[in-house]
Order: sequence, then structure tokens, then C-alpha cells
Amino acid sequence: MPFLIIQRLLSTIPVLLVVAVVVFLMLRVSGDPAAILAGDTATSEQIEAVRVALGLDRPVWEQFLGWIVQVLRGDLGESLFTGLPVTTLIGQRIEPTAMLALTTIVFSVLVAVPLGVLAAWRANTWVDRAVMVFAVLGFSVPVFVLGYFLMYAFSISLRWLPVQGYTSPFVDFGAFLRQIILPTLTLSCIYIALIARITRASVMEVLNEDYIRTARAKGQIERIVLFRHALKNAAVPIVTVIGLGVALLIGGVVVTESVFNIPGLGRLVVDAITRRDYPIIQGLILFFAFIYVMLNLMIDLTYAALDPRIRY
Amino acid sequence: MSAVENAAPLAPPRAPSALAAVKRHPLAAVAALVLAAIVVAAVFAPWVGTVDPTALAPARRLAAASAEHWLGTDHLGRDVWSRMVYGARVSVTVGVAVAVLSIVVGLFVGLFTGFIRWLDPIVMRIMDGLMAIPGILLAIALVSVSGASMVTVIFAITVPEVPRVVRLVRSVVLSVREEPYVEAAVSVGTPLPLILWRHVVPNCVPPLIVQATYITASAMLTEAILSFLGAGTPPIIPSWGNMVAEARLLFQIAPWNLLFPGIALAVTILAVNVLGDALRDRLDPKLAKRVGR
Repeated sequence: MPFLIIQRLLSTIPVLLVVAVVVFLMLRVSGDPAAILAGDTATSEQIEAVRVALGLDRPVWEQFLGWIVQVLRGDLGESLFTGLPVTTLIGQRIEPTAMLALTTIVFSVLVAVPLGVLAAWRANTWVDRAVMVFAVLGFSVPVFVLGYFLMYAFSISLRWLPVQGYTSPFVDFGAFLRQIILPTLTLSCIYIALIARITRASVMEVLNEDYIRTARAKGQIERIVLFRHALKNAAVPIVTVIGLGVALLIGGVVVTESVFNIPGLGRLVVDAITRRDYPIIQGLILFFAFIYVMLNLMIDLTYAALDPRIRY
Repeated sequence: MSAVENAAPLAPPRAPSALAAVKRHPLAAVAALVLAAIVVAAVFAPWVGTVDPTALAPARRLAAASAEHWLGTDHLGRDVWSRMVYGARVSVTVGVAVAVLSIVVGLFVGLFTGFIRWLDPIVMRIMDGLMAIPGILLAIALVSVSGASMVTVIFAITVPEVPRVVRLVRSVVLSVREEPYVEAAVSVGTPLPLILWRHVVPNCVPPLIVQATYITASAMLTEAILSFLGAGTPPIIPSWGNMVAEARLLFQIAPWNLLFPGIALAVTILAVNVLGDALRDRLDPKLAKRVGR
């Protein structure tokens, strides 16, 4: 097992290296990086100053090595607009995003997995079809359209919930809950669709197995057959998709935070776009890609625990 | 089982008529009709009851729907119906362009990756890296370094889609590579490009057609999100994402200005996805498992 962890950890290095190269090259192939980093209002002297300060006059490979060493030390550069280190800005904004991601993942899994099992159990009935129609809808309705629709229905018309904003759960848990409901529903939709679909497919496959027939034959309660015998054996693809779906979630977070005015990492991106604050965008890409790769690594390592047949 | 019943499946499958297809997939037929209507409206935008979508009329701001303005006007007095019809042009163009581009690039890379063994690990690590970057963030970054224009937007949305196509094509190549007819072709010295074109590409076509519809839907969605966030189609061009972005400031006063383009977007993407699912069932039942959706 420790060997496995080390091996998997090493296998993430080439992936992260590619991410770093892409982020590094992106700035260089699309024009003059000094001009982009100096901002829109910079004079030519300022651009030259940036070029020398960042070593952009040196050979590309030297720049890349220097930059990589800097990133490995945990330095993602500084914001052009505020001058604050990008890592500091991420630290300031991470809580709302982490909370929203957490509520969304928990809510989605709690809704989608039973839905998927139900659809597989009642395959080709109206229940199944309803779940699948919902899944296609979930993939099709844009996050912001759903967000504004829910806001219109529950906040503006019915006045049940606050329109927007965010309160830390450590400050006022009640306010946190009321404000997080709509963003969570909004962001969950596509994720629920994804997980329900894969749960249905993999449970349906497992339901044809002999041990399911055996379990039923010995008179096992159907609920236990479904959730213990079937779901447990169908778990690997479901958990994989929960991990891969985080990529969708990250895109959705940016939009959802923008719709509901939540001061998280997504808003940091949007503010960086309007101010053309490139170091923030660059830093956040590295940050999100790192989280994504690590999360999927962790999921990879749980396979052996989920399914004892898998031995590395 | 009687001999007659046994013989039945041996009869060559007849090409189903259009009517039969409609009967079997009524939902897909509706989706195809909706899409056809949207494409026709986009192509013939100046002739479907529209006025200049950028014409300002400050005196008639936020007007309700009327005979003159079918869906009312926005905060600058522009006709919402006209903007929606012209906005369809952006969505359709971006959707189709991204699908075609990413399929062409992905097919090319995937074919060679699957066939040339030393190339495979290198290209696949690069694809893994690209897939680790959330698509929307990658597109945002590409647009923000190279400035917003339609071409940039299309390019920026294509880049994150390519790895998925490469993976799909590669998986087909790996399964076809061991087939006797390919081995035979290799053994008589057929040049690689010819083998790929004659024996491998035809096997990639059905799953790629299905994948193209999903890419179209996802590209339309991404374009709208980018425009909504201010990193997409330049604001002068009426697009559904831009309309939503502009309407959000006055959402509490005039929610319909936001909901109309939002619904147009959702309906279009829904239609493309429904069509994609029907095509998948017909052309490639195994795809669902291969791409995990």
C-alpha cells in the first residue's frame, strides 16, 4: 500500500508538469507577456521594467525553470491590481468556495445515488424515464439560467430566501444555510444528472449478476439487495465520476458565485477577467488543476477499499 | 424455438424509412425540428420579423411585449426578439465550428497516437494534463490573454474539447488495430496513412458523429458562460450569453429580458443533447460506457 501511494503520487507529476507548461506557454505564445502582465494602461517604460524584473529577456527554458522553482516554493506571483500575492488572495476567498463545493457534493450524492438506483431497479418504467429526462435536462440547462430562475421563483416572487450573498457558517450558521440553499441547488443540477446517469448504468449492469439472484432467492429484503449487494459492487465507476465531475463543478462554481454574489474563488476569477489581472487567472488555474489531480488521486486510492477484488 | 423464428434475424436489416425513425424516436424528431427552426432563423435572421438588433431607442427602454416589439425591449431600448434571433447565429456558429475543429484535430492526433506506440504515452500525458485544467478556466485564460473575438472564443472552447476526442479515437484505434484485416494490410506493406484512412477512420465515424453533437451542446454552453462572465463574444455582438450578462443588472425589474435568452439557450442545448442521445442509441450503443455518460 505505501508503495502504491508513492507510485500514484509520482504518476501525477507528468500531469501537473503538462499543466504548468500549458499555463506558462499560454502567456508567451499569445503576444508579449510583459505587455500583458504590465496591464492595459502601462507605458512602454513600464513594460520594459516588467520585462527585466521578471527576467522575460532571458531564454525561454531559463524563464520556465525559474518560474517552476518559484511555483514549487508556493509563490504564484502577485496581482497586478492590488499587488497582493495570489496565494494570499486565494486564502482570503477559499472559504465560500469550499463551503459551496462541499454542500453541493454532499447534496448531489445524497440525491443522485438513490435516484440512479431507483431508475436501475425500475428500468424502462416511467420512474426510470423521469429520472433520465431529468438527467438530460440537467445537462442542458445553463447554470446561470437555472440560478436566475430559482432566484426569481424563491427569492423575488415567493420571498422565502435571500436573493444573494454569503455568510460564513462560523459566524451565523442560520444565515449561512438560508443563503447557501439556492446556490447549492443551482450548482447541483448538472452534477446530479451526471452521477444519477452513471449510477443507473452501473447498478443496472450489476443487477444481472448471479449473486443478486442468489440474494433475492434466499429472501433478502429488496432494499438490502439494492443498497448492499448491488450498489456496493457498482461503487467504483460511481466514485470515479464523482471525482471527474469536479471539473464540471469548478466551471459551475465560477458562474454560480457570480450569479449569487458569493465572494469566493469564482468571483476572484471574474474580477480578474474584468481587470485583465492575468497572474490571478494563471494562479487559479494551477491551483484548481492541482486540487483536481489530488482529489482524483485520493479517489484512485480508495478503489482497493471499495472493491476488495482490486489489488494493485 | 421454431426454424422460422430462427431465420428471422438472418434477413438483411432494411434501411428504416424516415417515418419509421420518427415513430421510434418521437422526441428526437421534435428536437430535430426545433434545431432546424433555430438554424433557419439564424441563417435568415434579417427576414424573420427582426429590426436592427443594435438599434438604440432610449425612449422605449424596458417596454413590454407588443405588436412592434414581440418580446419587448431591453435597457437600451433594443428589440429583444431581434437580438435573440441574431444571437442564435453566434450560438450556432460557435457550436458547429468548435465541433468540426475539435473532431478534425482530435481525429488526426488520436489516429496517430493509437497507432504509433512510442508516441502514445507522450500524447496521452499531454491530454491528461489538458483535461486536468477545468475547461471554462482554460477558455477564460486563453480569451483573456489574446483578447475577445469570435475566433479566439472558438479556439478557446476547442482546446479543452480536443482531449476527449483524442481519447475516444484512440480507444477505437486500439480495438481495431488487432483486427485481422488491419494486420493483413500491415503485412502487405500498406502505408500507414492509407491503413488509417481506409480501415480505421470508418470505424471512428459513428462514435464521432455522436460525440460531435455533445461537443456542439457543450460549446454553446461554454460560449454563453464565457460571454456571461465577460470573457466571451465581444459585447457589441448580440449573443445569448451577452444578453443574459446585460440583463442581470436589471433582473429584479425586468426578469424576462434575462429569461428569454436563457430559455432559448436551454431549449437549443436540450434539443442538441436529445438528438445526440438518439444518435447514440442508433449508431453506437457502446459509447455510453466508453465516455462515461
